[in-house]
Amino acid sequence: MLLLRNQWKTWLLTDTPQSSSQAYVGRIYIGILEFSKNHLAVLGLAIILSLILVAIFAPWIAPYDPVETNLANRLQPLSGKHFFGTDEVGRDIFSRIIHGSRLTLYVIGLVAIIAAPVGIIVGTVSGYFGGIVDTVLMRITDIFLAFPKLILALAFVAALGPGIENAIIAISITSWPPYARIARAETLTIRGRDFINAIKLQGANPLRIIAGHIMPLCMSSLIIRVTLDMAGIILTAAGLGFLGLGAQPPSPEWGAMTSAGRAFILDHWWLITMPGSAIFIVSLAFNLFGDGLREVLDPKREQA
Amino acid sequence: MIAIEHLNIVFGQGANRSHALKGVDLEIAAGESFGLVGESGSGKSTVLNCITGLLSHWTGRISIDGTDLSGQRDKAFYRKVQMVFQDPYGSLHPRHTVDKTLKEPVLIHGLGDANARVERVLDEVGLGNRFRFRYPHQLSGGQRQRVAVARALILEPSVLLLDEPTSALDVSIQAEVLNLLQRVRKERNLTFLLVSHDLAVVSHMCSRVAVMNRGEIVEQVNRNQLQAGTFSDRYTTQLFKASKGYDRSVINGFVDHFTRSEEA
Repeated sequence: MLLLRNQWKTWLLTDTPQSSSQAYVGRIYIGILEFSKNHLAVLGLAIILSLILVAIFAPWIAPYDPVETNLANRLQPLSGKHFFGTDEVGRDIFSRIIHGSRLTLYVIGLVAIIAAPVGIIVGTVSGYFGGIVDTVLMRITDIFLAFPKLILALAFVAALGPGIENAIIAISITSWPPYARIARAETLTIRGRDFINAIKLQGANPLRIIAGHIMPLCMSSLIIRVTLDMAGIILTAAGLGFLGLGAQPPSPEWGAMTSAGRAFILDHWWLITMPGSAIFIVSLAFNLFGDGLREVLDPKREQA
Repeated sequence: MIAIEHLNIVFGQGANRSHALKGVDLEIAAGESFGLVGESGSGKSTVLNCITGLLSHWTGRISIDGTDLSGQRDKAFYRKVQMVFQDPYGSLHPRHTVDKTLKEPVLIHGLGDANARVERVLDEVGLGNRFRFRYPHQLSGGQRQRVAVARALILEPSVLLLDEPTSALDVSIQAEVLNLLQRVRKERNLTFLLVSHDLAVVSHMCSRVAVMNRGEIVEQVNRNQLQAGTFSDRYTTQLFKASKGYDRSVINGFVDHFTRSEEA
């Protein structure tokens, strides 16, 4: 068994890989080794992974239906029957937080899928071509950057109507400009380098150069930034929920839950504390994880 | 093979205006190894960048193999003319394995049979299959420069432009890379245009040499003149003396050609 493990290790860390996939996997393995040295980042990753697991298995973990009301059972304190107590209409807060993890993941997942690609495409294209393309794209980015994030999101939600999907669209629209800026800055430092000139002299077209040679080098700083922004996205989504413009009742969104619990903060502290803590822990986990990723992925460190 | 007439290029405007090339004329025969020497900023790399199309706002005439070049280069041009860059640490993509770097040109030009081509060219530059799936950071400077040479050769060009191919390498590695270049030139009957500030490298590699100073070609000499040190131009003589190493009495006799031509 030990022998087998050692064989794997040599295979992964070899100086003379036999195939591209081996070289690639070996590189990832070295990254994982590096990452696991940062214990706080591993803790962050563990929390994120358990969030994902909880979201997948929510119906089996949650002891009660998250939307089922039971007025006879309202505002119960923490107990063996209701781990986190019950809210003002007798719903089990623990079950609601478990189901709310799905909404949280849904929001950050969709925002990342929409905002990050838009940002990287706008940024690399404008950085690579420069000139008039750059001016036009960057001024559009500037316009979006000039809006206060939450206010613009509020305006969009007000126009499109409240709801979690509209909240996601609103947050995405306000979060891509920083990614475009980062990608453009990276592209500007990369595009004059010799390896880009070399591929140009190989006859590559701009599409191949941007997608195959520039984007991979922008990826790491972008992934770091997106991960660190996840916390902000969760908070914005919670903020919209809190203002009643995100997820609508009775869906168990954490921000909406804290908002509803606000009225009972003095006598029934668990109504607001439990979803608030969930937001806090998940945001913190993403920050820790992002910090660890930065240590592994930062291209500036690697080139030294 | 390469003919350049009245090549002019100007960078910047107004106070920052810099006339980098002032009517450069060159004529390089097929299979010849031609050297371009001069100090930093004399415009020798700019000539290469004009040929490759990395700079496009030049005026004059550049023709390769009888066909005149315009602002845009087509794929056929890049199959004929390839380039090796000065800094092997900057000319390879840090996230691409050697294999990927070498396969890319084959894919772009749709040549097919990529694996066999990569193996063949790696053998040719003396690296072998062991290095095929390494990343650039797992290679030494000399090995990287061999990969860069392999990348230039994989499209089977007839002209190789060399921009100070050894100046970033250790002295012991320089000789290896120069010998490699000599060998592939013989085997493939390539035309070389070698840019360097190192007269020793140029006299080893080239049969004819043009000396550049401040955007102009001041003299063209052959290998015998270069080895004997018989030049007609004062700047060339000075460059030749400087290349012999530091000597106070020689240095004291130098004229600053920058201020001299400003006064003129």
